Amino acid sequence: MLGTAPDSAPPRAPAGVVPTRALDEPAVGNVVLLFLRRMRAPLLVLIVAYAVALLGLVLIPGVDPEGRPWRLSFFHAFYLLTYTATTTGFGELPYPYSDGQRMWVTFSLYLTVLAWIYAVGKIIALFQDPAFQRVFAATRFARRVRQLREPFIIVCGYGETGSLLVEALDRRRMRSVVVDSSQARISEVDLRGHVWDVHALCADVRLPEVLAAAGLRHGDCIGLIAVTDEDATNLAAAVTAKLLRPELPVLARCESAPTAANLASFGTDYVINPFEVFARELGLAVHAPSQYVLREWLTAVPGTPLDEPPRPPRGLWVVCGYGRFGRAVAAELEREGNRLAVIEPDPRNAERPGTVLGSGTEASTLEQAGIREAVGIVAGTPDDVSNFSIGMTARELKSSVFIVMRKNRRQNDILFEAFRPGFVMQPAQVIATECLPILTSPRLARFLAAAERKGDAWANELASRIAGVSDTAPELWSVRLTPTTAPAAWREAAADALRLEHLLADPADRTRRLAAIALLLERDGRDALLPEEATALEGGDAVLFCGTGDARSRQSFAVNSRNAMHYMATGEATPGVLWAWFTRRRARARQAERGSAASSRSISA
Amino acid sequence: MNLEKVVFGFFIILAMTLNFGFFIGELTDPAQHDVMEMFAAIVVNLIATVLKFGDRTQVGAIHIASSLVAVLQLVAAAIVWAVAVHVTGAGLTPSIMASIVSLAGGALLANIVSVVLLVIETVMLRR
Repeated sequence: MLGTAPDSAPPRAPAGVVPTRALDEPAVGNVVLLFLRRMRAPLLVLIVAYAVALLGLVLIPGVDPEGRPWRLSFFHAFYLLTYTATTTGFGELPYPYSDGQRMWVTFSLYLTVLAWIYAVGKIIALFQDPAFQRVFAATRFARRVRQLREPFIIVCGYGETGSLLVEALDRRRMRSVVVDSSQARISEVDLRGHVWDVHALCADVRLPEVLAAAGLRHGDCIGLIAVTDEDATNLAAAVTAKLLRPELPVLARCESAPTAANLASFGTDYVINPFEVFARELGLAVHAPSQYVLREWLTAVPGTPLDEPPRPPRGLWVVCGYGRFGRAVAAELEREGNRLAVIEPDPRNAERPGTVLGSGTEASTLEQAGIREAVGIVAGTPDDVSNFSIGMTARELKSSVFIVMRKNRRQNDILFEAFRPGFVMQPAQVIATECLPILTSPRLARFLAAAERKGDAWANELASRIAGVSDTAPELWSVRLTPTTAPAAWREAAADALRLEHLLADPADRTRRLAAIALLLERDGRDALLPEEATALEGGDAVLFCGTGDARSRQSFAVNSRNAMHYMATGEATPGVLWAWFTRRRARARQAERGSAASSRSISA
Repeated sequence: MNLEKVVFGFFIILAMTLNFGFFIGELTDPAQHDVMEMFAAIVVNLIATVLKFGDRTQVGAIHIASSLVAVLQLVAAAIVWAVAVHVTGAGLTPSIMASIVSLAGGALLANIVSVVLLVIETVMLRR
């Protein structure tokens, strides 16, 4: 399910999640203070040991070479202690010591050396203390997040979905901040090798102060995604985010209907249930394959190859596993007019009449469900090995069967590539493709929503246009005509000289076209899908393009360069600054010549 | 009554009294300012500072700050003393003694602030 929440619902928070204290200071505490408090005892021991040793050294008399009594001054005594307590050793200064002094030096040596060992041991133990290290890591994390100066997204949960999201964000040059409750997963963040530094903290996102430390109130935070494994945790994170930053887009993963309703009730912008989203996509692939392809291409990471669309057939489908995933897919398949046979090992889930009890991994259960007549099979158990077993058995029984498989673990990517099922559903991937456009490009999200209402033929035409422009997944970018974001284009638009086709022309030769398509024109808050190329552009307009990376960089040069833009809009090559000065000068000189000629004529006349 | 509070109060007040004992006397006369008393004042001030570590409250912060000031001033006085006697060999001339004692006087002020804070805290607690 993907839907906006009703605006009228008042913000509500479950008990226990309401933040009660100031959140701006990192709740994780001050490392220095903790260090000092822990160091109190060792420091006191050191001070007292030094004081006792010093006092004794000063009080005990010695005899100098001339036989006169003398005493160490405080300065000399401190000097002596400094080189003996640190076990450097130096000799007896300034005169050889008396036996009394020697006895005391021996005593103070043991005293101060032991005090040092104790203090140093304490310091080392403190630095190795897990609690101290946690506080240290948390403080460092909060500081780094505070210092971020680019837009970033908070990702709660670094499991399958979270890691996929962070990777996809990273490939789109978007920064992310990760919070997860498992240290093992947090350690993985560094091992993944992202282009950008991903700041990660091992902490409980249900605590408001943790989200505050993760930059929830940071001005550059542009969104929060809660994709932990637990619905309750996602709920808590969403509540915190909505209370502290009501205007911030919040996406939450949720697999149960009551939690979804709860999330929507307090204004969570998008509640994503991966099973329903996938089932909808499968439905889309059945009844509107071009719509499905368009969606896939526009949300894929730029540069990935454009795959041929899967064409799930209509007829009898066998659904193995009737859990949350199986149910969602079954409902969607039935809506598309397919007949169903269900195989489910758990009798409690077998409420559907005609359900075959069994796992589906054996040939007998598959045959009982009617695999010979079936056109497709859904291997939707939560275990990848079982899913492969189902798929392989089914393929052996009927080689032409269309296989839909649920992928549970990313690590099995190679196996899925080798097996080549007709359709793979990975909950994590589904959430990632669903989340990204919403957060990184709201215009794309609006475009996709509007495109869904158009017919399949419309989508088919657009898909073939995209395929004609780029043979890999296209890049998507927006241009907004303002004096700061696109100064040259804004100038031309203000002079009523700019049409959309000018933005799509090559700045090197305006008769050539860039490999790009204008998807959406936004003007005064209203969107126009696939705007005509002859559309005149006005200042303040924003256009969403898709195309190759080369087209993007050429266009970005053009909208910022006055000369290039003027050339593209009018066809006149404007001269450079020097040439302009020269032409002006020549024109003035000619005028002056003409003027003087005229005056001489008048005199002669 | 709480032993921890007794020890805390004891060291803070002792830091002030020892400091005062060293400070009192003719400004330029070395005979009236004993080196032992100076030593004791430094040690007790150090202990008082460490005892104050780790308090997060606003009053705690001022406590630490005043103690740090006192320690800094006393250590500066001790360094002046050691340099005059052992390094330059100038000895305790009246001008040097005056600077040592006035540094200690500054430390005394900081110690008085500490004690005043202690008293205020106690009174507030009573209410």
